[in-house]
Amino acid sequence: MTPLLALSDPLTPVALAHFLITSGGLFVIGLVGFLTRRNMIVMFLCTELMFQAAALAMIAFGAYHLDPSGQVFVIFILTVAAAEAALALGLVVFLYRRRETLSAEAWSELHE
Amino acid sequence: MIAANAQLDLLTLGAHHATAIPIAQPTTEMGWAGWILWLPLISLIACGLCAAFRVRNKLPAWLTVGFLGSSFLVTLGLYFQYTEPVTIELFRWIDLSLGTGTDAAGFTANFSLYVDQLSLLWMLFVTGLGTLIALYASEYMESDVGAGYARFFAGVSVFLFAMSALVLGDNLLMLYLGWEGVGFASYWLIGYYYTRPSAVAAAKKAFIVNRIGDLGLALGLYLIWRTFGTIEYSELFERLGSGHHATQAGGWSVRAIPYLLMLGAFGKSAQLPLFVWLPDAMEGPTPVSALIHAATMVTAGVYLLARMFPFLALDAAAAPTVAWIGALTALVAATIGMAQYDIKRIMAYSTVSQLGYMFLGIGVLTTFGAAYHVFTHAFFKAVLFLTCGAIMHGFAGQLDLRKLSGLRQLPGWRITSYTMLYGCLCLVGFPYVTSGFFSKDAIMAQAFISGSTGLGLIALVTALLTAYYTFRVWFRVCAGPVKYELGDDHHGPDDGEGHGDHGDQHGHGEPHAPRLAINLVLVLITTGAFLAIFLKPWAREMVMGSTARNAEPHSEGHGFWQDPHKWMPVVASITTIVGIAIAWHFHLANRKAADALRSRLLANPATAWLPVAMENKWYFDEIYHGLIRLPLWIVGHALAFLDRYLVDLVIVDGIARVPRWVGRAFQPLQNGILQSYAVSMAGGVGLVALLVLYMPQVIKLLEGWLGGGGGG
Repeated sequence: MTPLLALSDPLTPVALAHFLITSGGLFVIGLVGFLTRRNMIVMFLCTELMFQAAALAMIAFGAYHLDPSGQVFVIFILTVAAAEAALALGLVVFLYRRRETLSAEAWSELHE
Repeated sequence: MIAANAQLDLLTLGAHHATAIPIAQPTTEMGWAGWILWLPLISLIACGLCAAFRVRNKLPAWLTVGFLGSSFLVTLGLYFQYTEPVTIELFRWIDLSLGTGTDAAGFTANFSLYVDQLSLLWMLFVTGLGTLIALYASEYMESDVGAGYARFFAGVSVFLFAMSALVLGDNLLMLYLGWEGVGFASYWLIGYYYTRPSAVAAAKKAFIVNRIGDLGLALGLYLIWRTFGTIEYSELFERLGSGHHATQAGGWSVRAIPYLLMLGAFGKSAQLPLFVWLPDAMEGPTPVSALIHAATMVTAGVYLLARMFPFLALDAAAAPTVAWIGALTALVAATIGMAQYDIKRIMAYSTVSQLGYMFLGIGVLTTFGAAYHVFTHAFFKAVLFLTCGAIMHGFAGQLDLRKLSGLRQLPGWRITSYTMLYGCLCLVGFPYVTSGFFSKDAIMAQAFISGSTGLGLIALVTALLTAYYTFRVWFRVCAGPVKYELGDDHHGPDDGEGHGDHGDQHGHGEPHAPRLAINLVLVLITTGAFLAIFLKPWAREMVMGSTARNAEPHSEGHGFWQDPHKWMPVVASITTIVGIAIAWHFHLANRKAADALRSRLLANPATAWLPVAMENKWYFDEIYHGLIRLPLWIVGHALAFLDRYLVDLVIVDGIARVPRWVGRAFQPLQNGILQSYAVSMAGGVGLVALLVLYMPQVIKLLEGWLGGGGGG
């Protein structure tokens, strides 16, 4: 039976390490960006960055194990992320209209 | 020695008891006898309706007198119809069967009447005196006409119903029902003046002290059922008579039965050490004292022991115990009565003392003497209480014998004074013209024969003291120069109703003499007390025809001085007359001598304690206070302290505080800033990642700690 995805050879461990390092780097950049920036659009972009880091790791492992479900997951993640991006950007616009600022600190009443 | 022999007789009776104990047969014919019980119950409902419809006249009294009188007539009818002991089933009450096959056991207690001569004897005076005293109360309680009046007569009706169930019940459970019922009625009526704290305290005291005795009765009932498998009298006596196997096995649980029954009897009949409630029960209205706390309810203990008399044979020391407790109670109560000033209390102590005589009678195996004394005592003590009540009623609550004198010369008080005189003569056992003489002699003589000389002497000394303290009352109150002081009391606080038009009669200078209802009842009951003299053979026949029958042991000799039954009338007469003479000297001829004697006793340090201790009732209340109430009070307060400061403050409040502290500790984390949440989230994820990454090392580290801890 022909595999749907014609990957002739699995990734070598060294190649996998490269992918994972890239993924980890992306994730850390996203995380640091999320934690340090106050602009909601930038923070949102940072979450997208972390998403992509996770997606990259999944594709890499899928290729390493010759398992197509990694790619399947990523396609799902992209679809969900696209829907979520539409919703989140809508929310950001809405919040901006309320406070005339994009800073996340403008929305801190919800404590205690 | 004699006592031991007599006891042996009782024990060996077993075999021919089977033929000797008359066993009641069930009958279906005399269902109408149930009206003895139902009529007081209807009376209760009628009084309740009177209260509900706010009847403001004497209707509740007439209804009660009518229903109770009818109940007495039904009892009379039953007496004249009576031929042999029968049980009459009114309705099936409790009928359980347990287990199967050879283990099968049953518990049957039907609502049935056990009619034999003993229960008839009791019922005749219970319903008869109940009716008369209700009639007396119709006048006595008139200042309370209204809700209080209906409440009073409802209580009397409850009492008559419960007492009838107690006496007529054909099983021990019905007796127990009645037993608790009369206790409740007693509580109800002692606490009649419920706005007076002393009355409320007395009602509680009576109820609580009685509970101790009731516990004994309940346990005894259970042991009887466990031993004999039934609690119905007819079957019980049959099984006891036929030498039921459990009886012969004679374990401790069988031998305990008579003592537990005794405990119940001593509680209800105010014997040592449970007598303290009866004098306090005088807080109730006087008709209640006369009916419940002198004539009928307090004799329930005597009835119980007479009814269950064959069961005293289950332990050799049971009957002597009853005799000694009775004799000591008689003596102690008489000495207390000598030093009291409240005439109603003196009568209360004399009741305790006479009840002691009755138990002495049971203990020395003369059930006839005990039952006859119950019968005569019911009449003459009712007279005494009712005359005290008439005086209290007329003199605005005055009961102090130092403040009343010469009543017999006051217009309108002649009937009261002379019925009281006859009551006193009966109480002291004045030779030949009083019923008390015959009933008390029967007991005292038998005490010498089947008891011991010690018991007999205690009984004689008590008779001397009785003569003294009884006539101390009469000589002080009814004889001597006319001099009186009215009390400051109206007829006790009532419901705030009904004083109105009567208020002007009371407490303003002139005593008001008893009128028709009181005088009529006094004369009737006094006549009854006199006629009881001629009922001695009848009473003997009644007792001997019942399960309480007992061949009284005879004395060995037949000479005058060898047979106490022959010399006792003479000796007792002399004792009585000496007692009356002493009372006459100190309290009529030379009243100052009594005070002089008292101060001379007080002046001498060696004897100073005597009058003080007697006036303080031998400190029985204080002993109870020290032994029971005080420790309970201390324990109660200690527990309250623990509850308030340990349980509430430390445990409950402490636990409640933990979440509050924890919340306060973590509160700053909830600052509403998005990034700080993100930091804690990332930190948490990082920690978990580290933990997963270094899992083997972490496990090893933990094992090292735990192992080291275990080893150390």
